[in-house]
Amino acid sequence: MCEQIRIVLRNAGNINPENIEDYLKNDGYLALAKALESTREEVIDIISSSNLRGRGGGGFPTGLKWKFTMQAKGDEKYVICNADEGDPGAFMDRSILEGDPHSVLEGMTIGGYAVGAKKGIIYIRAEYPLAVERLKNAICQAKEFGLLGENILGTSFSFDIEIRLGAGAFVCGEETALIHSIEGSRGEPRNKPPFPSTSGLWGKPTLINNVETFANIAPIILNGPDWFRQYGTKNSPGTKVFALAGDVKNVGLVEVPMGTTLREIIFDIGGGIKGDKKFKAVQTGGPSGGCIPIEYLDTPIDYDSLQNLGSMMGSGGMIVMDEDTCMVDVAKFYLQFTVDESCGKCTTCRIGNVRLLEILEKITSGNAHLEDLERMISLSNVIKNSSLCGLGQTAPNPVLSTFKYFEDEYKAHILDRVCPAGICKNLIRYEVIPQNCQGCTACARVCPTQAISGELRKPHFIDQTKCIKCGSCYSTCRFNAIKIV
Amino acid sequence: MEKVYEHKLETFREYLESIDVEGYTDEQRKSLLIQILHKAQENIGYIPTEVQKLIAQKLKIHVSRVYGVVTFYNFFSTKPRGKYPINICLGTACYVAGANLIYDEFKKFLNIEPEEVTEDGLFSIHPVRCLGACGLAPVVKIGEDTYGRLKVSDVRKIIREYTSKENQ
Repeated sequence: MCEQIRIVLRNAGNINPENIEDYLKNDGYLALAKALESTREEVIDIISSSNLRGRGGGGFPTGLKWKFTMQAKGDEKYVICNADEGDPGAFMDRSILEGDPHSVLEGMTIGGYAVGAKKGIIYIRAEYPLAVERLKNAICQAKEFGLLGENILGTSFSFDIEIRLGAGAFVCGEETALIHSIEGSRGEPRNKPPFPSTSGLWGKPTLINNVETFANIAPIILNGPDWFRQYGTKNSPGTKVFALAGDVKNVGLVEVPMGTTLREIIFDIGGGIKGDKKFKAVQTGGPSGGCIPIEYLDTPIDYDSLQNLGSMMGSGGMIVMDEDTCMVDVAKFYLQFTVDESCGKCTTCRIGNVRLLEILEKITSGNAHLEDLERMISLSNVIKNSSLCGLGQTAPNPVLSTFKYFEDEYKAHILDRVCPAGICKNLIRYEVIPQNCQGCTACARVCPTQAISGELRKPHFIDQTKCIKCGSCYSTCRFNAIKIV
Repeated sequence: MEKVYEHKLETFREYLESIDVEGYTDEQRKSLLIQILHKAQENIGYIPTEVQKLIAQKLKIHVSRVYGVVTFYNFFSTKPRGKYPINICLGTACYVAGANLIYDEFKKFLNIEPEEVTEDGLFSIHPVRCLGACGLAPVVKIGEDTYGRLKVSDVRKIIREYTSKENQ
């Protein structure tokens, strides 16, 4: 049985997030005091040797990022907290901000001290009003207690934090796009280098980290890098928060050491699949990630192992899918998302993804040929190789990973013109099982097109020419007398 | 309707006048744009060309720039929304729980397409990407009220709740 270890979520749910004194009682702001007694180099050394990696998904070493920003020349520097949590199915950052806002403020302030910044900005999505409210309240209280503002804790260090709202653009989670958004422009990414650590907000050196990364800082400073490295794996120490959702019994946030297997998370903590159906795949990394099939459930997860499986860590969304899920449909769903959210700057992402989506639509409607699969793969690779930012470079991942592990399912759509999971409307048919049908007429009454006929207490019949495959009869029948073929 | 709009516009104008941009650098002024657009969206419900022009004047930037930003972000709309905007979550957890069926049912029952408003001005439909309430999938947010674990058959009931509230 695997255990959860709460570093990031240490206080969430245990303290009143609207009262700073609760946070203070739980060692709050002690790490800040300790950091302010050390030199900037010492603080960065602790973070570097803890080997903490960016929890936004990329896994870049945090200490290195801090060092680059500290070394960058500039009269003004900024610290940005990326709270633009846009992955569908992910809500880790939201819970941290709502449950323990001070842990993020403390991490940012320590970061500000280490890199030499006076100003911090939290860029948060407008869809999270409660988190915004709690952050505002937390900032006010921290100022009252002298933990933010001028001369923090009586030292010469001053730091202030401001909140900026996003406006519903997924691509703004990309750091350069996010910076453009704060500057008041369209959130389009730009070429890197220069990285934000040398030229970020208004051209000044900028440290930009994700919410969960900042929430890790205070415990590392307080307990030391060795304490942190005892959790997780050698290359990815510490814990990771996952948002477990989809067809599992227990839905919610999970914080486990890196290196925990998918099976432990889904079956031990998540309690297995709802309705005791069969597990089919787990999707990690949101629209940039991929689907992992049952064969790899025992892989210990960290940044590198997920990437090797054709998926990625991402911010930590984990969607479990049961046997009733059509993998081509899932790939289509994610691609639809990317098509909507592409900012339009790169041709391959803007147009390539639309063409890719058309191929998937052809497959799910039963009009595709085998050549379309080749076209799909080569187009995917072109999009990956020639887009500027992470959104385009990873957009085909859901397609490539589902094809890699569920090629049979793609082929069934094309060669046999059937959808094995019974999801794709054009490829399924509803039929009455005469042995089970009691002739109760319930299905005939709900059918919107009067496609079902039959006498009372005798097996009914569905006229396929009238049927629009709405599924009403299927969900109405109490005798399991309607099947999807 | 005209009068209501005028009143809302006036409130927004007052807000705009209350912002002091004296002594701001160009960069600082420009960076206020998204915050101001949020306020406009909140006060008026949408951001018509007239309002975009006012904001451009205030920030001393070209109106095309304001338009570019308004149309880039999903949160801002240039067309009015219904009195009860229906935000249907199409995030992954909701999708695998059948959100697209709920979405179709709303469209069918209200007889409108996404981003359109019903004739009585009451409802408009907006597909959104993850409301962050995956434990309640499938989720729909109408105005400030959240409805979770929805079934297709709930859709009509919910709409009737609102229409009967209006008719009282």
